[in-house]
Amino acid sequence: MHEWALAESVIKSAVAHAGEQKLRRLKETGVVFGELQDIDREIFSFALEELRAQVPGAAACSFKISVEPAAFRCKACSHEFPLKGLKKTKDESEFIHFVPEMAHTFLKCPKCKSPDFEIIRGRGVSISYIKGEK
Amino acid sequence: MTAIDPRPSVIADRLSGVKRVIAVTGWKGGIGKSVTASTLALLLARRGFRTGLFDLDFAGASDHLVLGAKGLFPKEEKGLEPPVLEGVSFMSVVFFSENKAVPLRGANVSDAIIELLAITRWGELDFLVLDMPPGINDAALDVMRFARGAEVLAVTTPSVLAHDVLERSLELYRKLKVPVLGVVENMSAGRHGTADAAIRTDPALEKALGRPEALLKTAFAGDLARAAGKLGIIG
Repeated sequence: MHEWALAESVIKSAVAHAGEQKLRRLKETGVVFGELQDIDREIFSFALEELRAQVPGAAACSFKISVEPAAFRCKACSHEFPLKGLKKTKDESEFIHFVPEMAHTFLKCPKCKSPDFEIIRGRGVSISYIKGEK
Repeated sequence: MTAIDPRPSVIADRLSGVKRVIAVTGWKGGIGKSVTASTLALLLARRGFRTGLFDLDFAGASDHLVLGAKGLFPKEEKGLEPPVLEGVSFMSVVFFSENKAVPLRGANVSDAIIELLAITRWGELDFLVLDMPPGINDAALDVMRFARGAEVLAVTTPSVLAHDVLERSLELYRKLKVPVLGVVENMSAGRHGTADAAIRTDPALEKALGRPEALLKTAFAGDLARAAGKLGIIG
Protein backbone atom coordinates (compact mmCIF):
# COMPACT_ATOMS: atom_id res chain seq x y z
CA MET A 1 0.00 0.00 0.00
CA HIS A 2 2.92 2.39 -0.28
CA GLU A 3 1.39 3.11 -3.71
CA TRP A 4 -0.88 5.47 -1.78
CA ALA A 5 2.05 7.74 -0.87
CA LEU A 6 3.22 7.88 -4.48
CA ALA A 7 -0.31 8.53 -5.76
CA GLU A 8 -0.51 11.44 -3.35
CA SER A 9 2.74 12.82 -4.75
CA VAL A 10 1.40 12.55 -8.31
CA ILE A 11 -1.76 14.50 -7.49
CA LYS A 12 0.00 17.22 -5.50
CA SER A 13 2.72 17.59 -8.11
CA ALA A 14 0.23 17.74 -11.01
CA VAL A 15 -1.82 20.42 -9.24
CA ALA A 16 1.33 22.43 -8.44
CA HIS A 17 2.52 22.28 -12.05
CA ALA A 18 -0.93 23.22 -13.31
CA GLY A 19 -0.70 26.30 -11.11
CA GLU A 20 2.74 27.16 -12.48
CA GLN A 21 1.40 26.83 -16.04
CA LYS A 22 -1.58 29.01 -15.08
CA LEU A 23 -4.08 26.27 -15.98
CA ARG A 24 -7.46 27.21 -14.62
CA ARG A 25 -8.66 23.61 -14.52
CA LEU A 26 -6.50 20.49 -14.48
CA LYS A 27 -8.18 17.94 -16.77
CA GLU A 28 -5.71 15.18 -17.51
CA THR A 29 -2.41 13.89 -16.17
CA GLY A 30 -0.18 11.32 -17.82
CA VAL A 31 1.35 8.96 -15.25
CA VAL A 32 4.20 6.64 -16.16
CA PHE A 33 4.99 3.53 -14.14
CA GLY A 34 8.57 2.37 -14.54
CA GLU A 35 8.54 -1.39 -14.98
CA LEU A 36 11.32 -1.78 -12.40
CA GLN A 37 9.20 -0.53 -9.47
CA ASP A 38 6.30 -2.82 -10.38
CA ILE A 39 3.58 -0.55 -9.02
CA ASP A 40 0.19 -2.19 -8.39
CA ARG A 41 -2.01 -0.40 -10.90
CA GLU A 42 -5.26 -1.28 -9.13
CA ILE A 43 -4.16 0.06 -5.74
CA PHE A 44 -2.59 3.15 -7.29
CA SER A 45 -5.75 3.92 -9.31
CA PHE A 46 -7.92 3.42 -6.25
CA ALA A 47 -5.70 5.81 -4.27
CA LEU A 48 -5.88 8.39 -7.06
CA GLU A 49 -9.69 8.19 -7.05
CA GLU A 50 -9.86 8.56 -3.27
CA LEU A 51 -7.34 11.40 -3.12
CA ARG A 52 -8.65 13.29 -6.14
CA ALA A 53 -11.62 14.58 -4.18
CA GLN A 54 -9.45 15.66 -1.25
CA VAL A 55 -6.97 17.82 -3.15
CA PRO A 56 -8.34 21.15 -4.38
CA GLY A 57 -7.73 21.49 -8.10
CA ALA A 58 -7.61 17.77 -8.82
CA ALA A 59 -11.32 16.90 -8.71
CA ALA A 60 -11.83 17.13 -12.50
CA CYS A 61 -8.60 15.43 -13.46
CA SER A 62 -8.41 12.03 -15.12
CA PHE A 63 -5.20 10.01 -14.97
CA LYS A 64 -3.84 8.10 -17.96
CA ILE A 65 -1.44 5.43 -16.80
CA SER A 66 1.18 3.82 -19.02
CA VAL A 67 4.06 1.46 -18.27
CA GLU A 68 7.61 2.15 -19.43
CA PRO A 69 9.77 -0.96 -19.86
CA ALA A 70 12.94 -0.88 -17.78
CA ALA A 71 16.33 -0.81 -19.49
CA PHE A 72 19.82 -0.84 -18.03
CA ARG A 73 23.32 -0.06 -19.28
CA CYS A 74 26.30 -1.69 -17.64
CA LYS A 75 28.98 0.80 -16.58
CA ALA A 76 31.63 -1.91 -16.71
CA CYS A 77 31.04 -3.46 -20.16
CA SER A 78 28.47 -1.06 -21.74
CA HIS A 79 26.02 -3.92 -22.34
CA GLU A 80 22.39 -2.80 -22.48
CA PHE A 81 19.79 -5.16 -21.09
CA PRO A 82 16.10 -5.33 -20.14
CA LEU A 83 14.54 -6.35 -16.82
CA LYS A 84 13.03 -9.47 -18.31
CA GLY A 85 15.22 -12.48 -17.68
CA LEU A 86 17.07 -11.02 -14.66
CA LYS A 87 16.82 -13.36 -11.69
CA LYS A 88 15.40 -12.09 -8.39
CA THR A 89 13.55 -13.66 -5.49
CA LYS A 90 10.10 -12.58 -4.33
CA ASP A 91 11.66 -10.70 -1.38
CA GLU A 92 14.18 -8.99 -3.63
CA SER A 93 11.39 -7.90 -5.99
CA GLU A 94 9.55 -6.47 -2.98
CA PHE A 95 12.62 -4.49 -1.84
CA ILE A 96 13.08 -3.10 -5.36
CA HIS A 97 9.39 -2.22 -5.36
CA PHE A 98 9.92 0.00 -2.30
CA VAL A 99 13.29 1.44 -3.35
CA PRO A 100 14.12 0.80 -7.04
CA GLU A 101 17.83 1.54 -6.40
CA MET A 102 17.98 -1.79 -4.57
CA ALA A 103 18.25 -3.20 -8.10
CA HIS A 104 21.97 -2.48 -7.72
CA THR A 105 22.08 -4.79 -4.71
CA PHE A 106 20.11 -7.67 -6.17
CA LEU A 107 20.54 -7.48 -9.96
CA LYS A 108 23.66 -7.66 -12.11
CA CYS A 109 24.69 -7.27 -15.70
CA PRO A 110 23.86 -10.57 -17.44
CA LYS A 111 27.03 -10.31 -19.53
CA CYS A 112 29.79 -9.40 -17.04
CA LYS A 113 27.93 -9.81 -13.69
CA SER A 114 28.72 -6.26 -12.53
CA PRO A 115 26.24 -4.51 -10.19
CA ASP A 116 27.51 -1.17 -11.51
CA PHE A 117 24.87 -0.34 -14.09
CA GLU A 118 22.73 2.61 -15.01
CA ILE A 119 18.95 2.55 -15.04
CA ILE A 120 18.37 4.14 -18.44
CA ARG A 121 14.59 4.16 -18.22
CA GLY A 122 11.62 2.57 -16.52
CA ARG A 123 12.71 3.25 -12.91
CA GLY A 124 9.66 4.48 -11.00
CA VAL A 125 6.64 6.76 -11.06
CA SER A 126 6.73 9.98 -13.06
CA ILE A 127 4.37 12.44 -14.69
CA SER A 128 4.71 12.65 -18.49
CA TYR A 129 2.26 15.47 -19.15
CA ILE A 130 -0.58 17.54 -17.74
CA LYS A 131 -3.48 19.05 -19.67
CA GLY A 132 -6.01 21.64 -18.64
CA GLU A 133 -7.95 24.76 -19.49
CA LYS A 134 -6.20 28.09 -19.52
CA MET B 1 7.32 18.20 -21.83
CA THR B 2 10.10 16.86 -19.61
CA ALA B 3 9.00 14.15 -17.20
CA ILE B 4 8.11 15.47 -13.76
CA ASP B 5 9.39 13.73 -10.65
CA PRO B 6 6.34 13.89 -8.35
CA ARG B 7 8.05 12.68 -5.16
CA PRO B 8 9.50 15.98 -3.86
CA SER B 9 5.97 17.46 -3.73
CA VAL B 10 5.09 15.44 -0.60
CA ILE B 11 8.37 15.50 1.34
CA ALA B 12 7.53 18.69 3.24
CA ASP B 13 4.19 17.12 4.23
CA ARG B 14 5.93 13.97 5.45
CA LEU B 15 8.15 16.06 7.73
CA SER B 16 5.46 18.54 8.77
CA GLY B 17 4.78 16.76 12.08
CA VAL B 18 8.44 16.90 13.10
CA LYS B 19 9.33 19.72 15.49
CA ARG B 20 13.13 19.57 15.20
CA VAL B 21 15.42 17.85 12.71
CA ILE B 22 18.96 17.25 13.96
CA ALA B 23 21.38 16.38 11.15
CA VAL B 24 24.39 14.59 12.62
CA THR B 25 27.22 15.13 10.18
CA GLY B 26 30.87 14.29 9.95
CA TRP B 27 33.03 14.59 6.92
CA LYS B 28 35.52 11.87 7.75
CA GLY B 29 34.91 8.17 8.15
CA GLY B 30 35.36 6.40 11.45
CA ILE B 31 34.74 9.42 13.67
CA GLY B 32 31.69 7.97 15.44
CA LYS B 33 28.95 9.76 13.54
CA SER B 34 26.57 6.79 13.52
CA VAL B 35 27.13 5.91 17.19
CA THR B 36 26.56 9.57 18.07
CA ALA B 37 23.36 9.82 16.00
CA SER B 38 21.93 6.53 17.29
CA THR B 39 22.81 7.20 20.93
CA LEU B 40 21.41 10.71 20.71
CA ALA B 41 18.12 9.25 19.43
CA LEU B 42 18.05 6.76 22.32
CA LEU B 43 18.80 9.53 24.85
CA LEU B 44 16.00 11.69 23.49
CA ALA B 45 13.51 8.81 23.49
CA ARG B 46 14.52 7.88 27.05
CA ARG B 47 13.70 11.42 28.13
CA GLY B 48 10.20 11.05 26.77
CA PHE B 49 10.63 12.85 23.47
CA ARG B 50 8.92 11.35 20.43
CA THR B 51 12.01 10.54 18.40
CA GLY B 52 12.87 9.28 14.93
CA LEU B 53 16.21 8.14 13.53
CA PHE B 54 16.88 7.98 9.79
CA ASP B 55 20.12 6.33 8.70
CA LEU B 56 21.02 8.14 5.48
CA ASP B 57 24.54 6.74 5.26
CA PHE B 58 23.51 4.20 2.62
CA ALA B 59 26.96 2.89 1.80
CA GLY B 60 27.92 2.38 5.43
CA ALA B 61 24.56 2.00 7.16
CA SER B 62 25.25 0.90 10.73
CA ASP B 63 22.68 2.49 13.03
CA HIS B 64 20.84 -0.84 13.09
CA LEU B 65 23.97 -2.43 14.57
CA VAL B 66 24.26 0.27 17.22
CA LEU B 67 20.59 -0.18 18.15
CA GLY B 68 20.64 -3.97 17.88
CA ALA B 69 17.73 -3.81 15.43
CA LYS B 70 16.86 -7.28 14.17
CA GLY B 71 13.83 -8.66 12.39
CA LEU B 72 12.24 -5.26 11.91
CA PHE B 73 10.45 -3.98 8.83
CA PRO B 74 8.35 -0.86 8.23
CA LYS B 75 4.59 -1.24 8.23
CA GLU B 76 2.79 -0.43 4.99
CA GLU B 77 0.08 2.10 5.75
CA LYS B 78 -0.49 4.56 2.92
CA GLY B 79 3.29 4.73 2.78
CA LEU B 80 5.80 3.22 5.19
CA GLU B 81 5.60 3.59 8.96
CA PRO B 82 9.02 3.12 10.57
CA PRO B 83 9.26 0.33 13.14
CA VAL B 84 9.78 1.50 16.72
CA LEU B 85 12.75 0.25 18.72
CA GLU B 86 13.41 1.40 22.31
CA GLY B 87 11.02 4.29 21.67
CA VAL B 88 12.83 5.34 18.49
CA SER B 89 11.04 5.27 15.12
CA PHE B 90 13.77 3.91 12.91
CA MET B 91 14.25 3.95 9.16
CA SER B 92 17.24 2.57 7.28
CA VAL B 93 18.12 1.24 3.85
CA VAL B 94 19.09 -2.06 5.50
CA PHE B 95 15.40 -2.94 5.70
CA PHE B 96 15.52 -3.27 1.91
CA SER B 97 19.03 -4.58 1.31
CA GLU B 98 19.06 -7.73 3.46
CA ASN B 99 22.26 -6.28 4.93
CA LYS B 100 24.02 -6.73 1.59
CA ALA B 101 26.23 -4.10 -0.04
CA VAL B 102 24.36 -1.21 -1.63
CA PRO B 103 26.67 -0.20 -4.50
CA LEU B 104 25.11 3.11 -5.50
CA ARG B 105 26.57 6.01 -7.41
CA GLY B 106 25.83 9.51 -6.15
CA ALA B 107 22.72 10.18 -8.21
CA ASN B 108 21.30 6.79 -7.23
CA VAL B 109 21.84 7.52 -3.53
CA SER B 110 20.01 10.78 -4.00
CA ASP B 111 17.13 9.02 -5.79
CA ALA B 112 16.83 6.40 -3.05
CA ILE B 113 16.84 9.05 -0.32
CA ILE B 114 14.14 11.06 -2.10
CA GLU B 115 12.07 7.87 -2.47
CA LEU B 116 12.29 7.11 1.24
CA LEU B 117 11.62 10.72 2.24
CA ALA B 118 8.50 10.66 0.03
CA ILE B 119 7.02 7.41 1.30
CA THR B 120 8.02 7.40 4.99
CA ARG B 121 5.32 8.58 7.36
CA TRP B 122 7.05 9.83 10.50
CA GLY B 123 3.88 11.20 12.08
CA GLU B 124 4.26 13.51 15.07
CA LEU B 125 7.81 13.70 16.40
CA ASP B 126 9.66 16.03 18.74
CA PHE B 127 12.98 15.10 17.13
CA LEU B 128 14.08 13.45 13.93
CA VAL B 129 17.78 12.60 14.06
CA LEU B 130 19.38 12.21 10.64
CA ASP B 131 22.56 10.17 10.38
CA MET B 132 23.80 12.08 7.36
CA PRO B 133 25.64 10.73 4.33
CA PRO B 134 29.37 11.26 4.91
CA GLY B 135 30.99 14.29 3.34
CA ILE B 136 29.13 16.64 1.08
CA ASN B 137 27.76 15.30 -2.17
CA ASP B 138 24.51 15.46 -4.08
CA ALA B 139 22.82 13.16 -1.55
CA ALA B 140 23.83 15.32 1.43
CA LEU B 141 22.86 18.48 -0.41
CA ASP B 142 19.48 16.98 -1.29
CA VAL B 143 18.83 16.12 2.35
CA MET B 144 19.60 19.66 3.43
CA ARG B 145 17.37 20.95 0.61
CA PHE B 146 14.38 18.83 1.59
CA ALA B 147 14.79 18.81 5.38
CA ARG B 148 14.35 22.55 5.66
CA GLY B 149 15.01 23.86 9.12
CA ALA B 150 17.41 21.02 9.93
CA GLU B 151 20.05 21.92 12.51
CA VAL B 152 23.52 20.48 12.15
CA LEU B 153 25.34 18.68 14.93
CA ALA B 154 28.89 18.26 13.62
CA VAL B 155 31.06 15.40 14.83
CA THR B 156 34.84 15.45 14.73
CA THR B 157 37.82 13.81 16.44
CA PRO B 158 41.06 15.25 17.88
CA SER B 159 42.88 14.49 14.60
CA VAL B 160 44.13 17.54 12.79
CA LEU B 161 42.79 15.96 9.60
CA ALA B 162 39.26 15.73 10.98
CA HIS B 163 39.43 19.30 12.29
CA ASP B 164 40.65 20.68 8.99
CA VAL B 165 37.85 18.96 7.08
CA LEU B 166 35.41 20.11 9.74
CA GLU B 167 36.34 23.76 9.20
CA ARG B 168 35.57 23.41 5.51
CA SER B 169 32.22 21.77 6.25
CA LEU B 170 31.23 24.52 8.68
CA GLU B 171 32.09 27.12 6.08
CA LEU B 172 29.79 25.37 3.62
CA TYR B 173 26.91 25.20 6.10
CA ARG B 174 27.31 28.92 6.69
CA LYS B 175 27.04 29.49 2.93
CA LEU B 176 23.98 27.24 2.76
CA LYS B 177 22.51 29.16 5.73
CA VAL B 178 22.07 25.91 7.65
CA PRO B 179 22.14 26.49 11.42
CA VAL B 180 24.94 24.67 13.24
CA LEU B 181 24.13 23.68 16.82
CA GLY B 182 27.77 22.99 17.56
CA VAL B 183 30.70 20.65 17.24
CA VAL B 184 31.28 17.61 19.41
CA GLU B 185 34.73 16.09 19.54
CA ASN B 186 34.56 12.32 19.81
CA MET B 187 37.40 10.17 21.17
CA SER B 188 38.54 13.24 22.99
CA ALA B 189 41.25 13.39 25.63
CA GLY B 190 39.22 16.15 27.24
CA ARG B 191 40.90 19.10 25.58
CA HIS B 192 38.39 20.04 22.97
CA GLY B 193 40.03 23.09 21.42
CA THR B 194 37.60 24.68 18.99
CA ALA B 195 34.88 22.08 19.61
CA ASP B 196 31.88 23.02 21.75
CA ALA B 197 31.80 19.78 23.70
CA ALA B 198 33.98 16.73 24.25
CA ILE B 199 33.08 13.06 24.36
CA ARG B 200 35.86 11.10 25.98
CA THR B 201 37.21 7.84 24.63
CA ASP B 202 35.22 5.10 26.30
CA PRO B 203 36.74 1.61 26.25
CA ALA B 204 33.37 0.15 27.28
CA LEU B 205 31.54 1.55 24.26
CA GLU B 206 32.36 -1.23 21.79
CA LYS B 207 30.90 -3.94 24.01
CA ALA B 208 27.70 -1.96 24.50
CA LEU B 209 26.97 -1.62 20.78
CA GLY B 210 23.79 -3.45 19.85
CA ARG B 211 22.48 -3.27 23.43
CA PRO B 212 20.61 0.02 23.92
CA GLU B 213 20.23 -0.44 27.68
CA ALA B 214 23.98 -0.96 28.13
CA LEU B 215 24.77 1.79 25.63
CA LEU B 216 22.79 4.34 27.62
CA LYS B 217 24.84 3.49 30.71
CA THR B 218 28.22 4.15 29.06
CA ALA B 219 30.40 7.16 29.77
CA PHE B 220 30.02 7.91 26.06
CA ALA B 221 26.24 8.34 26.46
CA GLY B 222 26.80 10.42 29.60
CA ASP B 223 29.16 12.77 27.79
CA LEU B 224 26.83 12.95 24.80
CA ALA B 225 23.88 13.80 27.07
CA ARG B 226 25.92 16.65 28.60
CA ALA B 227 26.91 17.83 25.13
CA ALA B 228 23.27 17.72 24.00
CA GLY B 229 22.30 19.78 27.02
CA LYS B 230 25.06 22.30 26.42
CA LEU B 231 24.11 22.66 22.75
CA GLY B 232 20.43 23.19 23.49
CA ILE B 233 19.13 19.88 22.14
CA ILE B 234 18.00 18.62 25.54
CA GLY B 235 16.68 21.36 27.78
